[in-house]
Amino acid sequence: MPKLKSLEDLKKVREEATRDIQVRLDTGTKITVGMGTCGIAAGARETMHAILEELKERKIEAHVTTVGCIGMCAYEPLVDIEQAGSDRITYGRVRPDMIPGLIEEHLINGRVVEKWVVGRLPKG
Amino acid sequence: MRELSLHILDVLQNGREAGATEVRLTIDEDHSADRLSVTVEDNGRGMNEEIMERVLDPFFTTRKTRHVGLGLPLFAAAAQRCNGNLKLESHPGQGTRVTATFQLSHIDRVPLGDITGTVLSFLMGDPPCDLVYVHRCDRQEFCLDTRTVRQELGDVPLSHPSVRGWLREYITQEEEQLTRPAGVTQRPDDKARR
Repeated sequence: MPKLKSLEDLKKVREEATRDIQVRLDTGTKITVGMGTCGIAAGARETMHAILEELKERKIEAHVTTVGCIGMCAYEPLVDIEQAGSDRITYGRVRPDMIPGLIEEHLINGRVVEKWVVGRLPKG
Repeated sequence: MRELSLHILDVLQNGREAGATEVRLTIDEDHSADRLSVTVEDNGRGMNEEIMERVLDPFFTTRKTRHVGLGLPLFAAAAQRCNGNLKLESHPGQGTRVTATFQLSHIDRVPLGDITGTVLSFLMGDPPCDLVYVHRCDRQEFCLDTRTVRQELGDVPLSHPSVRGWLREYITQEEEQLTRPAGVTQRPDDKARR
């Protein structure tokens, strides 16, 4: 049986995390998940979990956060990807099973997945 | 919504959008009384009586005050169809308390669901907001206070993958202990823990 987790583990977690913390703060990628009532009802919590797991798996540094309703409720769950020097892209109806492909194309290969795009804000 | 924890995430987010720096979530399961109550208290900006009367109306929603809309009416409807109700208390400048009660055994009561996922999704959001989460199940209790966690972590943010991973495992583990059938009180691996 694995060792039970306790608050005391946090000292060790802190030690390990402190080493790479600066790199993480300087990340140029921001991913925002719509987490209003509409997003939550459409499955945004699971979509966000899938994003966090995929980033961890691929060791990609990105700031992942949530936002309330932005008014495109019919397209929830909405995922917004912002990268320094690129257009800000909003993807719609993003289910957890779309995440590996989305991360690979957009963040690794640098190609926007046009078929899932519902909004675009030009850079600048 | 298919899980109570989705309603809970929604109400927690209301707190954040009301500018709260601290939100308290209490889930109380009392099998002898056949009651389940969910309380979310925030220290955000609060509401005056006029707004309070309107937030339970599903057709009251304005883009300027995004923290009201369908969320509370849906939560209220979920409670009412399970012989329960939703109570709202709020004071401008002090905060808001939402209490929803349910008949625990009611056939229409949706399960609590992935409460761990709800807590984590809330903690990853911006702006940062502390959470005191208490889950009571008859005489057992689990409490997570992110202020304590942050104190242990110093500069390391809660959103750090290692911290997130630890939080997920820790909450899942404690939730499992809590919902373990009555009579099994001793943790089989208590020794390993020390």
